[in-house]
This record gives sequence, C-alpha cells and structure tokens, in this order.
Amino acid sequence: MIPLTVLLLAGFLLGVITLWKRRNPGALRQIAAFTRLARAVGLSIEDGKRLHISLGHGGLFDGRGGSALAGLALLRNIAERTSVSDMPSVATAGDPTLGLLTQDTLQAGYHAAGVEDAYVHTMGRVTGLTPFSYVAGTMSIPQNENVSTNILLGHFGPEAGLLAEASERANTALIGATEDLAGQSVLFISAQEPLVGEELFAAGAYLNADPAHAASLTVQDLFRWLIILGLLAGSAAKFMGVF
Amino acid sequence: MRVVTAVIAIAFGVLVLLGYFLPQALFPNAASLQAVLLDWAVILAGAAALIGVFNLLTVHTDKIRRREKDGIYSAILVIGLIAALLSGIFLKPQHTLMQSVLLEGIIIPVEASLMGLLAITLLYAAVRLLRRRADVMGVAFIITAALIFLGSITLPFGDLPLFGTLVRPWISQVWALGGARGILIGVGLGALLTGLRVLFGIDRPYGGK
Repeated sequence: MIPLTVLLLAGFLLGVITLWKRRNPGALRQIAAFTRLARAVGLSIEDGKRLHISLGHGGLFDGRGGSALAGLALLRNIAERTSVSDMPSVATAGDPTLGLLTQDTLQAGYHAAGVEDAYVHTMGRVTGLTPFSYVAGTMSIPQNENVSTNILLGHFGPEAGLLAEASERANTALIGATEDLAGQSVLFISAQEPLVGEELFAAGAYLNADPAHAASLTVQDLFRWLIILGLLAGSAAKFMGVF
Repeated sequence: MRVVTAVIAIAFGVLVLLGYFLPQALFPNAASLQAVLLDWAVILAGAAALIGVFNLLTVHTDKIRRREKDGIYSAILVIGLIAALLSGIFLKPQHTLMQSVLLEGIIIPVEASLMGLLAITLLYAAVRLLRRRADVMGVAFIITAALIFLGSITLPFGDLPLFGTLVRPWISQVWALGGARGILIGVGLGALLTGLRVLFGIDRPYGGK
C-alpha cells in the first residue's frame, strides 16, 4: 500500500508542479558539470568536433533502467541540438535494448530538428555486451573520431575508469554520472566534472528539456525532505522509547 | 504515428505497473497479464541482442571499408565475431572447444587483464586527483582512501594498531555507509521520477518517426 501511495503522490505532484513550472520556471542552482555540458554542446558545433554520449550498460529490465532512461532523455536533447553539425554526436550503449532505443532517440532528435535525412544509423552503436567488452569497444572513440567531450551518463561500474583514462589520453573533456556507487567514486577521481548521486537525473532540467524535468527535481526535493523528517521523527521516537 | 507509439507504450507500462499493485484476489488476471507482457519483452530483448550484434558488425565493416585509423582492430573483431558465431552454431556453446578456447582461453583472460589494468589506472587517477582538483572534497577523498587502505593492508610485521579494528570500521560502517544510503535514496527518487516521466509520455525514448 505504501509503494502505491508514494507512486500516486509522486505522479500527482509531478503533474501539478509541471503546470506551475510552465508559468514560473524558477532558477536552478549552478552545477559546474552542467554548465560545462551546455558549453560543450554549443562549442562542438563551432569547433567542428563531435560529442560522444556513452549510455553505459544498464538494461531496461532491472533497477539500472532509471539511469539508462535519464541518459536517453539527455541524448534526445543533445541529438536535436547537434544534428546540424558537420560532426554529429555519436552515442554508444552496452546493452542491446538500450542500443535500439539509442538509435530511435537519435533519429527522433534529428526528426525534431527537421534534418532526418542526415541521420545515419551507425551514430548509435552497441559496442559490447559485457561491462568490459563495452568499455573496450568504446575506448577508441575519443581517440579516433574527433571527439571534443565525452559524456558518460548511465550505468557504469568501476570499468568507467578505463573510459576516463582513454578520454584523458585523447585530451578530451569528460563529464560523468552514474547511479552505481563504485562507478561514482571512480568517476569522482577520473572526470573533470563528476556528478554525484541524483544529479545524474537532473541533466534534462539543466539543458532546458521541458518544465516537467524541473518539476521532477522539485518533487525529488519534497520527497527528500519528507524522508529526512521521517528519519528525524523515527530517531526522536526511538530516543524517547516510543518503539 | 508518434501518438500511437506513445499510447501503446503508456498503456503497456501502466498494465505492467498495475500487476505489481493490484491485489490478486480482486484482480486475478492482472499478475498473469503482467507476466505475459514481461515475457514478450524478454523475447524482444533477445531479438534486440541480434540487432545489436549486427550493428556492431556494420560499424566495424564500415571502418574497414573506409580504411579508418586502427582499422586492423575492426578486422580482428569482425573475424573473431564470425568465427565465434559459426563455432557456436555448429559446435554448440557447451562444446569443450568453445568452453576451453573461446571462454577460458580468450574471453576470461582478456577481461581479467582489463581488470588488472583498471587497478593501475585507478591508482594513477587518484594520484592525479589532487593536481586536477585540490579542493576539500578531493583531499577528503584521498585521506579517506588512505585510511581504509591502511586498515585493510597486511604488513609483514602484522596489522597496524587501531586502523583495522577502529578507524576502518568507523569510516566504512558509519560515514561511508551513511553517505551511501543518502546517495541511494536520492538515486531511487531520481529513478522513480524518471520512470514517471516516461509513463506520462513526457520523455519518449521510443521516439519513432
């Protein structure tokens, strides 16, 4: 009963706050990684270099699907904005279902930009089907494909360190976010601009995708405060011997 | 067409979700319908794997055809892929040759060597961290990692006093565990809202034309 209540409440709040955000967009706090990402998207078109968006190897049938969907939301935005570039963005995935959605999302971005003819199916790639084979297949892209910025957004474990090293060797910028704790600590030490925890899910809001993305952040904040209050109340009750 | 795609995706998403929440006593068909839909999804995922392999093959044959830099690796990949595929079809994956040559002779050692390479890479990245980001968080990260190492390391003269029994458990079980739980709660909330956006049709990873 509690999960259903949380789900319905989250859905209701998302709807209401999205309507409110359409009228009052509000401001988001500065996150260096997203500032750099927005700049990288613009510069990639001017510099004649491409972006590489790596969506990790999270499947859609387990708990890692959330990060994969967040990566796809970002990809949709970037695809639309960089589709007119001479060097269009390349996206890689380490899971076949995610690979299919990567291609579909890229195509949708090109369609939205009105340049669907420019879409080539090899822009969305499945580079490996296990974590290390995926990384091994992706490591050559920063080096060989004229990449200016690597964006790692999805499920990555510690193997993200190898991608970060490949990015460093190719002298390209790296922005990284994952929901995996080991992956986060690796990206924290490896990436120029790491994103920690739920910042992974804020990418859409920072790239002005839709008011619903900003509303999602507000709903997350509301729930976070509810959880904090619940924890404090539980601690106080335990301290006073209520249970 | 996009509307139809969205309607189908949302409808099936809601049906699968309801399978988790509706009481089976009142809605006996909800769970079985959910199971059927998930079975379809698994079959589609299997087909997607084939498409993924075909995509991999297309990308690398393109590289060979255009004589791109490091095309030799693409050629090795294509040859290896075809050889593994044919061996799997004719010998079956359980065959001794498949297990001993492909799995134990190539795949496992290569992945293990990448794991070894990763250990060195991470050590090097940790050393570079202070040069790249000499802020409070960077210093705290390095000190914490060093303390955990000192508490875990086995030295010739025995364990360091207090590090293994007090410092390491205190850092890993109190600070690190508390922080990890906080991060996981945030990630869980983020995933929940991302899923809801897809369910509401706001984000459409099933874009289509």
